Amino acid sequence: MSPSAIFQGHRPIDCDLHPMVPSMRALTPYMDEFWADQVVERNITTLDSQSWPIKAPKTIRADWRGPNGRGAETVEQLRTQVLDRFGIETGILNPLYGVQLVLNADMAVAFTRALNDWTRAEWLDKDDRLRASIVLPLQSIEASLEEIERLAGDRRFVQVLALVMGDRPLGKRDYWPIYEACERHGLAFGIHAGSAYRHPQTSVGWTSWYLEEYAANQQGFQSQLASLITEGALTQHPKLKVVLLESGVTWLPGFLWRLQKTWKGVRFETPWVTRPPAEILRDQIRLTVQPLDAPETEVERALAHLRSDDMLLWASDWPHWQFDGDDAIPPGLPERLLPKVLRENALATYARLHEGALA
Amino acid sequence: MAKHVVCAVSEIPPGERKLLETDGKRIVVFNLGGEYFALSDRCPHQGGSLCSGLVSGHVESPKPGVYHYSRKGEMVRCPWHYWEFDIRTGKSWFDPKRVQVRQFPAQVESGAALVEGPYQAETFPVRVEDSYVVVEA
Repeated sequence: MSPSAIFQGHRPIDCDLHPMVPSMRALTPYMDEFWADQVVERNITTLDSQSWPIKAPKTIRADWRGPNGRGAETVEQLRTQVLDRFGIETGILNPLYGVQLVLNADMAVAFTRALNDWTRAEWLDKDDRLRASIVLPLQSIEASLEEIERLAGDRRFVQVLALVMGDRPLGKRDYWPIYEACERHGLAFGIHAGSAYRHPQTSVGWTSWYLEEYAANQQGFQSQLASLITEGALTQHPKLKVVLLESGVTWLPGFLWRLQKTWKGVRFETPWVTRPPAEILRDQIRLTVQPLDAPETEVERALAHLRSDDMLLWASDWPHWQFDGDDAIPPGLPERLLPKVLRENALATYARLHEGALA
Repeated sequence: MAKHVVCAVSEIPPGERKLLETDGKRIVVFNLGGEYFALSDRCPHQGGSLCSGLVSGHVESPKPGVYHYSRKGEMVRCPWHYWEFDIRTGKSWFDPKRVQVRQFPAQVESGAALVEGPYQAETFPVRVEDSYVVVEA
């Protein structure tokens, strides 16, 4: 069996790829002179975030690391390790660099713009199979809107990207112009695991260990879903698709049970939520399947609780270490779901993937 | 179904309610501005007593932040989990087809009619000159 045999006939779409910025020096060519000099003069060497410590095993799979211990820094690595190996038709880049952590909004905007332009020049321009997310400088909603308008004309951007633990709950009305812009431009709203460290990573306080923090992302996703639903952000933007990236999947039904059950009693608080939360979620929320968070024997039963075959999107989560060898499809995922999970659901989620043609 | 005399109309002023216990059933009778509605006192969820529930209005919204409040006094919330039921229909707000409180016919009858009719009013004397709330259950 050739390495990509498991994918044959599916023309897979990989919805979560992470190109990693080698250092701030890689971004300075994409900054104006002032900020490029600031990076050098202030000796800002890196924005690698502690959400994904470079040396943590999870951050880069061992056999995907280069001699310097880093990885995912070139298109060549992406081709060899994922695109060619699995026969990927389309891959969506979600750059995770610590631009969200910067507190100075002007600096954050300069760095985020540079990151997006770096993604475009160093990745999108180098392989036709690639698409990407516009990373949002959510330190400023106004600047985020400008960044969407600046880049939306490039049809290779198919999504905008926020971190799950950012400044405020994402359902708040201040954020709605962003959702309106996403609807207008046919962009999905991606929410990836990770924190901007504006708040403790858990509602009970700061964590001590990497393990605690990685697991805490799940609580962050739950809170964001509750916010998007109860504030009415989803129902007010019915065309918006929200994609949870590296969120895990199996926690969702249990969380939904409590949300929906309690909604029955206190729906008068949010009378604009006129449909059961689970229905709203099935229409507008999508999740990538790396990680899935279930033992192989229980996957089918766990997924049945979603009561929808349309919500899951395949992702390798490259270069994060979610699987060994070529086990890129979570073991236990029912065969019958593969056409949808590997391809059709992504096409239904990302309006711009239908276009095919490059900018 | 037998007809039960609940009480004289003066005993349930508008906006008030009264519990009827008969044949092992608990039925709550509401007066909405002179119209009477009788519902089972058992919430279909877990059996909470609707008679002791909060009565409120109905709130709807065309969009987030806008509250349209109407039908004040016509929704009852189960005291246990706050599920809302329409007093006029017994239907829940969130799933009106599947989640309903059993409703019983209720009307006002004159004392004169009651004295003659096949009604069960053994618990109190009926006066010909008064009107009474009657429930079929």
